[in-house]
Amino acid sequence: MAAQAFAFELCELPPAAEALRAEVRAFLRAELGDLPPVRRARSWGGWDREFSRKMGARGWIGMTWPKRYGGHERSALERYVVGHERSALERYVVLEEMLAAGAPVSAHWVADRQSGPLLLRFGTEAQRQRFLPAIARGELAFAIGMSEPDSGSDLASIRTRAERAPGGYRVNGTKVWTSNAHRSDYMIALFRTHHDPAKKHEGLTQFLVDAKSPGITLSPIIDLRGSHHFNMVVFEDAFVPEDLRVGEEGAGWKQVTAELAFERSGPERYLSSLALLVELIREVGREPGERAAATVGRLVAHLATLRQMSLSVAGMLEAGQNPNLEAALVKDLGTNFEQEIPEVVHALLGVEPTIDTGSDLQQTLGYLTQNAPSFSLRGGTREILRGIIARGLGLR
Amino acid sequence: MNELRTLLGDVVTRLFTDRVTPDLLASVEKGQWPGALWEAVEENGLTLPLVAEAKGGAGGTWGDAHVVIRASGRHAVPLPLAETIVAAWLLAESGLEVPAGPLTLAPVHRDERLSLSRAGGGWRLGGTASRVPWGRAARHVVVVAEAEARPHVALVAAGDVRVTEDRNLALEPRDTLVFDVAPVVAAAPIGARVSPDAVWFYGALARSAQMAGGLEYLVGQATRYATERRQFGKPIGAFQAIQWQLAILGEQAAAAGTAAAHAFRAADRGDPAFEIAVAKVRVGEAAGIGASIAHQVHGAIGFTYEHALQFMTRRLWSWRAEFGGEGWWAATLGRSVAARGADGLWPLLTAR
Repeated sequence: MAAQAFAFELCELPPAAEALRAEVRAFLRAELGDLPPVRRARSWGGWDREFSRKMGARGWIGMTWPKRYGGHERSALERYVVGHERSALERYVVLEEMLAAGAPVSAHWVADRQSGPLLLRFGTEAQRQRFLPAIARGELAFAIGMSEPDSGSDLASIRTRAERAPGGYRVNGTKVWTSNAHRSDYMIALFRTHHDPAKKHEGLTQFLVDAKSPGITLSPIIDLRGSHHFNMVVFEDAFVPEDLRVGEEGAGWKQVTAELAFERSGPERYLSSLALLVELIREVGREPGERAAATVGRLVAHLATLRQMSLSVAGMLEAGQNPNLEAALVKDLGTNFEQEIPEVVHALLGVEPTIDTGSDLQQTLGYLTQNAPSFSLRGGTREILRGIIARGLGLR
Repeated sequence: MNELRTLLGDVVTRLFTDRVTPDLLASVEKGQWPGALWEAVEENGLTLPLVAEAKGGAGGTWGDAHVVIRASGRHAVPLPLAETIVAAWLLAESGLEVPAGPLTLAPVHRDERLSLSRAGGGWRLGGTASRVPWGRAARHVVVVAEAEARPHVALVAAGDVRVTEDRNLALEPRDTLVFDVAPVVAAAPIGARVSPDAVWFYGALARSAQMAGGLEYLVGQATRYATERRQFGKPIGAFQAIQWQLAILGEQAAAAGTAAAHAFRAADRGDPAFEIAVAKVRVGEAAGIGASIAHQVHGAIGFTYEHALQFMTRRLWSWRAEFGGEGWWAATLGRSVAARGADGLWPLLTAR
């Protein structure tokens, strides 16, 4: 009768994951104390190297990686890791607790989520030995060099060239929207090593780039709030040694596709506005009127459903399946939800959003109202995601 | 998914695909009772998933019942199947025998009350229940009524009930039942594990799964139509404007399916009030969005009675309002969340 709709099997968190949750909460209470809501609303945007090192010491970065790449800090890890690597579901619990608390995880987030897994999958043994343990200790921050001035959603059209040179490659071109490049140690960048206009998905290659290499010039791109986390990165004859190429020449597209699946699959794609929902509940009080109650209830129904869908994706990852399609679907639903919360709060309460005056609610509303447009742009635009879903339905 | 559920899923899909045709649906809408379909459903053991094997049931779980109820929605099965499953569970939980034949539940409105009183060695039932699903078709009615200051479950035979026929948008019977000191076949205090508003909660649970199934149908049907219908020299599904709509429909169906499955899992754990509220709100919202998109993609042909799409969309528009609409459930959920305080939200969410 009907074609198969998308299947989201419910995922049950194992007792070990729930036990870990209590530890994570205790850690967060001690570390964050009474972090104001507007700071929590930064979600995974908050940068704190010291916090990342503490996470690393707890064994909460690179949790699912083989011990031989992250296990040399045995003494600190032993309390938490008993004879096996952590499961993807235990990692999920750590991530969602970090996000719910608004912990400043940005300095290790990208490396833990996608750079590390990328190296684990496609890197050389030497690259893994060199980078993964430092990432797992929370000491190495990574940025992602994908977009260019003329290549956004059409990523395969990038033009930054990496040309063979003695012992490696010479790179020329420009990357944009490179979050945190100005405070990261390395960037994993996608360059063109071969140019054939008819086959733009071929000839792309990924590289590990030392952010302090000569020939690299960073300049800030200031976002609409006036803050600096994006950068423009210009490469002028920048040298990248051969042993920092990730994977084979020309394998970049396949690797980037896999990397983007990691980037889209996590709980950070529906929890970005949680701090505002919490402040909304505080504002309406313990005995809200009918309209306020229905508003809160509807948002909670969406939130609870998204969490189950997100968990389901984590369960698929844990089972070794490839949830690219499901991740795209949860991200589109999740970012719509994140963007709707400031709108709903505005419609219900009508308070003015503020920058650094007024109530916690007003400041959180101010921050998220301005940050919300980025939610459905970063990590794959809404339009790209819906294209992926349409392909999943057999329409492309 | 376990083996029993896979098996059950295969049985219902085969049975309903073969038998629940547009012709059958149209004949039921004209007042025909699909007796052969009911017999097949009963023979295949689909009506009693929650009744113990010793009592003639399948001895299954809400998770198993979910497979059957969701499929009944996916195929717009014109029978009180969900009602029978919930009613039989209510009887069994309260220690009463489950009779053969279709069952329904009453009252289905929170503000209606029936009264049970002793008469001789037995019981009598009084009161009126409106909008009772499939009231005229049920062989027995299972009611929750107050007696001696505690809620009871009682079973009344169809012949002892006065029926005024009414219907919902999908022309499914939604009848007014008058119990005029009606004789009661059996009654017992409601089971210890069952709340007095079980009809309301589990009715909402069942409708959530039916709607989730209906949305699955819409995804398949609208996608297939978009690949078959050609305009401007290509299938309309090749246009981004249509792909975008179908992607949203797919998302809504997936969210609905997850919310419904989550609520059924909670029913097996006990205390599913939170998850049922979440499901009725989330699935009901998805139903409205999904019906709208499916019609838009189908164009004018989907607006005709001749096309089968309307069998599903008229059901979705009715089901989302039955056993409480999204507004009622959202306010109820919102009050319970607010009562825990703002900082109780995340612990609540992660405990479910």
